[in-house]
Amino acid sequence: SVHMGRHCWALIGPVPGDGAGPPAPERVLFPPTFSVSEIKNKQRRHFMFLRWKQQQRKEKLALKKKRRKEREALGDKAPPKAVPKTIENQRVYDETTVDPNDEEVAFDEATDEFAPYFNRQTVPKILITTSDRPRGRTVRFCEQLATVIPNSHVYYRRGLALKRIIPQCIARDFTDLIVINEDRKIPNGLVLSHLPDGPTAHFRMSSVRLRKEIKRKGKEPTEHVPEVILNNFTTRLGHSIGRMFAALFPHNPQFIGRQVATFHNQRDYIFFRFHRYIFKSEKKVGIQELGPRFTLKLRSLQKGTFDSKFGEYEWIHKRREMDRSRRKFHL
Amino acid sequence: MHSDDVVWSMLGNRQFCSYKMTTKTQNFCRNEYNLTGLCNRSSCPLANSQYATVREEKGRCYLYMKTIERAAFPRRLWERVLLSKNYEKALEEIDENLIYWPRFIRHKCKQRFTKITQYLIRIRKLTLKRQRKLVPLRRKIERRENRREEKALIAAQLDNAIEKELLERLKQDTYGDIYNFPIHAFDKALQQQEAESESESDAEREEEDEDDEDVDKREFVEAEDSELSDFEDMDKLETSSEEEQEEEEEVEKKASHSKWKGKTPLKGPARRKRPYIEIEYEEETEPSTKTKTA
Repeated sequence: SVHMGRHCWALIGPVPGDGAGPPAPERVLFPPTFSVSEIKNKQRRHFMFLRWKQQQRKEKLALKKKRRKEREALGDKAPPKAVPKTIENQRVYDETTVDPNDEEVAFDEATDEFAPYFNRQTVPKILITTSDRPRGRTVRFCEQLATVIPNSHVYYRRGLALKRIIPQCIARDFTDLIVINEDRKIPNGLVLSHLPDGPTAHFRMSSVRLRKEIKRKGKEPTEHVPEVILNNFTTRLGHSIGRMFAALFPHNPQFIGRQVATFHNQRDYIFFRFHRYIFKSEKKVGIQELGPRFTLKLRSLQKGTFDSKFGEYEWIHKRREMDRSRRKFHL
Repeated sequence: MHSDDVVWSMLGNRQFCSYKMTTKTQNFCRNEYNLTGLCNRSSCPLANSQYATVREEKGRCYLYMKTIERAAFPRRLWERVLLSKNYEKALEEIDENLIYWPRFIRHKCKQRFTKITQYLIRIRKLTLKRQRKLVPLRRKIERRENRREEKALIAAQLDNAIEKELLERLKQDTYGDIYNFPIHAFDKALQQQEAESESESDAEREEEDEDDEDVDKREFVEAEDSELSDFEDMDKLETSSEEEQEEEEEVEKKASHSKWKGKTPLKGPARRKRPYIEIEYEEETEPSTKTKTA
């Protein structure tokens, strides 16, 4: 009733537009079925909502303080801190996760296509090329990639079929082939093929940043052989992809150069970064980003060299089956 | 023949023809039997009772002819002749079939036939080459993947991960002797010294038990020794680290100038020699923006 309404107003306190009113009262009396959303006036409703929010925050802070006091009071007997749930924590356990001491995996790796590289029998030599008619951005990206990866050469594809390029590459002693696919003037795909009949991986490439677009970058990468960091490649599939990436770089990093190329896998996205590091002290290192950066997402892994029709696929990303769960990752 | 003129004046000249398409500069004729594709008095198939065209079907070219005798029979109006696959022979066939026909139609027929053969050749060449397959992007999926990539990037904390990995590699001594941090070396020296002092203290206890008179002397000697050894070790440390560092820095200087950019040098002890090198580097450095360090 109207009487009730007036009663409410009197208790609510200063309303915005009253100028400098007294500060809001600590304890506010509301009729039991009142809710902030019922006020029709937007300004007043907003004001009430802000006040309610402040109250909530205060309560939360008070609760936190209380908990902390309790924890301190208990001292050693306090229960362990609750670890927040993250996607990495909740990840569905993949049965193909590699155990570091697994003998079968070690045996496989000693006899797969990368064994000659890891035994230092072959020196990586890489051919970088693009799809037909590359536009400026892709060309510049290829050049920068060639500076990052030692012993690599960029050749332009002039309408040649990949199947014809591959035997020629093998004849000229190339160990790896990188094809950068382009769409609408930006690179969007990467095909990495290990040459003497090695596996072929097809990636979707995104967030490509050339050197000039990187903020606070350093000078150009030098000719020193960089180190390689491979993070988070846990499953069998991840392991084979990690070895593919490692096989791109020569096995003898020159620490004088202080350059490091990182392939970091997080939730099936592989982030590539190229840094120069400097050890300021024993516990502190500074890194400076040079070089291009991009992210890759694996689309398919094929056993032989590039053959889209008749190849034997080890792994294809099937959207309907594999994207069902948000906690399941494959790399 | 005058019906042609009537037809043209009614349809072609004005806008009544449904096949006529007008643009700013030109009029086109959409009739499939049109020879040139333009809307003209001489190329309108409706306004010419004697007309011929060349059309291709499934890769083969045909010559279509229309004569005034068959004007009353729409079903039999257009007579079709298959042209040979050989270019020159086909031209001769056109000439032969259109003998005594107006020059314009003969000429245009041959021109059209030439154009058609050219584009057929091109089609055959292109089908042999690789064709780009256009795969449509699904917007929802693209958006989902972009969003997930952003979140994965935030979760990855790349800088921290890289720094951690590098520090671990340093701890595990993969860099060998390049980085010789004072804490490391100092620890080693301390350990050595402790080992020495332990053995010495054992010996001292034995001696003390034997001779109590020469306690002071021995203590004095001991203290001197330890101080000296300390100092020597420190010196050795300094010089060795300095030498190595100088060598290393010289090499770095040669390899790439001004990587230091006036940052504070690494080594702790023997700061007296540092400023000398710092100044050198500062002279070499170019004025540049601050570099990202962490």
